Amino acid sequence: MADTPLVNLTIEGRPVSVPAGTSILEAAKTVGVLIPHYCYHPGLPVAGVCRMCLVDVEKAPKLAPACATSVAEGQVVHVHAEKAREARKGVLEMLLINHPLDCPICDQSGECELQDYTYKEGRADSRYREPKRFNPVEDFGGDVMYVPNRCILCTRCVRFMEDVAHDAVLNVSERGDRAYIGKADGKDLTHPWAGNVVDLCPVGALLSKDFLNKARSWELDRTASVCTGCSQGCNMIVETRDNAVVRLRPRPNSDVNAFFLCDHGRLNYRWLNRGDRLEAPSLRGAAEPRATDWDVALAGAAAVLKGKRVHVLASPNLSNEALFFLARIAKASGGKAAFRVEQGPEAPLEGVEDLALRADRAANGRGAELLGLERSDTPLAGVAAGDAVIVADCELTPDDVKHVSKAGAVVLVSTFMPTGLPRVDVSLPICNYVEEEGTFTNLRGRVQRFLQARAAPGMARPSWYVLADLCNALGDRFDVLTAGQAFAALASSQSAFAGLSHDTIGLRGAPVNGATAGATS
Amino acid sequence: MGFPFKPHPRETTVLSKHFGEAEARSLDGWKARGGYQALEQALGMDPVAIQAVVKDSGLRGRGGAGFPTGLKWSFMKLGDGKPHYLCCNADESEPGTFKDREIMRWTPHALIEGCAIAAHAIGAETAYIYIRGEFTEPLDVMERAVDEARKAGVIGKNAMGSGKRVDVWVHKGAGAYICGEETAMMNSLEGKRGNPRIKPPFPAAAGLFGMPTTINNVETLAAVPPILVNGGEWYKKMSRPDNPKSTGTKLWSVCGNVQRPGNYEVVMGFPFKEFLYDLCGGPPKGRKFKAVIPGGSSVPIINMEEADAALMDYEGMVAAGTMLGSAGCIVMDDAQSIPRQVARLARFYAHESCAQCTQCREGTAWTTKILERMVAGDGTAEDFDTLMDLCEQMTGKTICVLSDSCAAPVVSGIQKFRGEFEALITRKTVHTVPAIVA
Repeated sequence: MADTPLVNLTIEGRPVSVPAGTSILEAAKTVGVLIPHYCYHPGLPVAGVCRMCLVDVEKAPKLAPACATSVAEGQVVHVHAEKAREARKGVLEMLLINHPLDCPICDQSGECELQDYTYKEGRADSRYREPKRFNPVEDFGGDVMYVPNRCILCTRCVRFMEDVAHDAVLNVSERGDRAYIGKADGKDLTHPWAGNVVDLCPVGALLSKDFLNKARSWELDRTASVCTGCSQGCNMIVETRDNAVVRLRPRPNSDVNAFFLCDHGRLNYRWLNRGDRLEAPSLRGAAEPRATDWDVALAGAAAVLKGKRVHVLASPNLSNEALFFLARIAKASGGKAAFRVEQGPEAPLEGVEDLALRADRAANGRGAELLGLERSDTPLAGVAAGDAVIVADCELTPDDVKHVSKAGAVVLVSTFMPTGLPRVDVSLPICNYVEEEGTFTNLRGRVQRFLQARAAPGMARPSWYVLADLCNALGDRFDVLTAGQAFAALASSQSAFAGLSHDTIGLRGAPVNGATAGATS
Repeated sequence: MGFPFKPHPRETTVLSKHFGEAEARSLDGWKARGGYQALEQALGMDPVAIQAVVKDSGLRGRGGAGFPTGLKWSFMKLGDGKPHYLCCNADESEPGTFKDREIMRWTPHALIEGCAIAAHAIGAETAYIYIRGEFTEPLDVMERAVDEARKAGVIGKNAMGSGKRVDVWVHKGAGAYICGEETAMMNSLEGKRGNPRIKPPFPAAAGLFGMPTTINNVETLAAVPPILVNGGEWYKKMSRPDNPKSTGTKLWSVCGNVQRPGNYEVVMGFPFKEFLYDLCGGPPKGRKFKAVIPGGSSVPIINMEEADAALMDYEGMVAAGTMLGSAGCIVMDDAQSIPRQVARLARFYAHESCAQCTQCREGTAWTTKILERMVAGDGTAEDFDTLMDLCEQMTGKTICVLSDSCAAPVVSGIQKFRGEFEALITRKTVHTVPAIVA
């Protein structure tokens, strides 16, 4: 856009300069003016059908749809002119004539654009005296349910499936006020990215079956995070209710995931609430492991590790910060740090460049590689009798178990107790990624931050904090009290991350040195 | 006036000259009547020269909007390296209009010739004739005529031996009024749902398959060959010299309460009163005219005071408070209930709304429900305000003008015949028969 000439106009009395070809709606956003709209979505082709974004452009004969009208030099736009307000009021009244007033039982309530704009600009009453149209609820397959009575036919879902997912399952069927969103015969919304239609729906017509009746939107706490479903690193929002994660939703980032999140990612949250967590550090003395306090456990861990070659089996879903310390411990002792990544079928979202559910089903494989961990199918193959093993938050294969059995000491740094682990000398409970802060590095080398969304159970501590303490106990001194400091320690010794900090990464992420700017640019 | 009747002496038959002559349907018959001379002449001409003749004639679009045809053609950038398309709008679905049907039934070659000339004039090699799905007979006639013309080499790779390619294809619609809207028609031709597109871009910039496209009505194209043969001056001179903005002849479809309904071809500016009483034979015995919708159902209704003073051209109809539209003239006598007729029209638009724009999708249906409730005797005084406000919302705010077309007869009906609506509300008038058969 750099060489596109700028156009100057006035919107609501504010001077605006935007590249030629920008819509009035997008231009207004740049000066903080929200033009109400339903069918427009920046990630979809323009339809211009809801007629909600009609604005008054001086000298134009008619109201102009802000989403479909390009800016012009010297244009003067009035979003809240009497004419435009009346038109929006009319649209709102018409959208509501066949819309059930069932907000109290509608999942969308509280995050519904129809509700919001009606409160803001709509009529207090309806003049509609005729019977309402009724259509039964339909199961669209996948995670999606369709409530046609609430549908305002903005066609966002239709355009998403057709133009972004390239799988035209949805259509507008029938005409006039009999119209509804239809599903192609014999097809279901089983596209791996189909769940996005639920987020795109501005009203409660398309609902997630998974989230159905689970929570009211105003009860949710929302936290910026990054999906761990695969190595794409889609930005997302973790929504919690009473400290339980109940929904994951995409967080827009034009460099990674545009506006979208795949179904695999969005439904991959139940394990975050699991009840069988390690809650207290424990130490195996002469007898059974026994809960203890952190100082004793860390000293115990250092004691069993000291003087041994330390092999690390790390989860590729641990943060860069945690992996950094793990790699250091292994390296200092002459051992090896390795990880294994679960694989799955790749599922691209056709309409967005370089966006896919990746075969690597873990968030930080790239980060682990950059930090010196080795990707391996037999990560513990090098364990010799008498060596020490740190199992960091991952399950074991029978092969791993065989190797761990040879070890002279086993330290578990984990959120849970892996099945089949033959012995544990010290167990150090850590937070999972929604309970701590940290960063992941996606497959294109983009470092992205995630924030804490819920409180950790019991005595569990952030992974980077536990591992920094362990390094300290082993004599590798770090002065780390925050995740940001942990990252700073990482950045000062790892050239790929040099110059980055939590502050510069922000919530949009930043590429490591030598990587392309981002996944989609 | 068409078959089986002879034209009225006051008609000026240019387009309807050969209506009722079965031989005119064949290629030979058409050639014997002077057909394809114009095409031969046109193929030897520079496209800009053809545009100039048509501009000079003052021919305006006969589909309803009345846009100057030559000017429309001149919007097509010749030699831009893109394929150009001509679409002939034969989706004549406007209630009350049936003139294009007769042109296609009786003089299919006139349309093919017009298409071929227009295609050449806009630099197109392909013309599509989009025929309304319900027009089975015109479709059959057109397909046969196109086949015949193609086989004879009149159209095709080497049209009339000129070395120029002009292909004409007939496409059948599937029964949607909205596909008569030019951008919806292009979507339909592309195999998509017939939804109107947002303008701009206008068809001349990005139309069918994203390429420069011109859309012309059947009657417009059929008028092109005689204009080319006889010259623009001839066409202009036929109509009233005091109004150079409306020239030539116009086919009027007349239906409703007249003695002789049918298609009439009269010159622009013909007095409407004489047309209704003289050519159409006046109202049925013992009745009086009450109202006329002169330009197809999308234009405002006028009462007889307005109609009697009106002249039958674009400007004359505007002066009378309505529009020429597609010249589908619906005449109502004093036995008709205006509320009932208006409700029927609204129901048509509610049925045909493509469901894109909110005001149209919900507004046309809501309007219909209110009107039908009024006709059934359950109306209230507030309904007037609601209706007028709804119609205001439905005017000028949507992608196409379908909802405007729904609002026009409703608003004008209420304004001019409010008493009839009030009589229903106060139950002075009671319709015992169900108002509308769905």
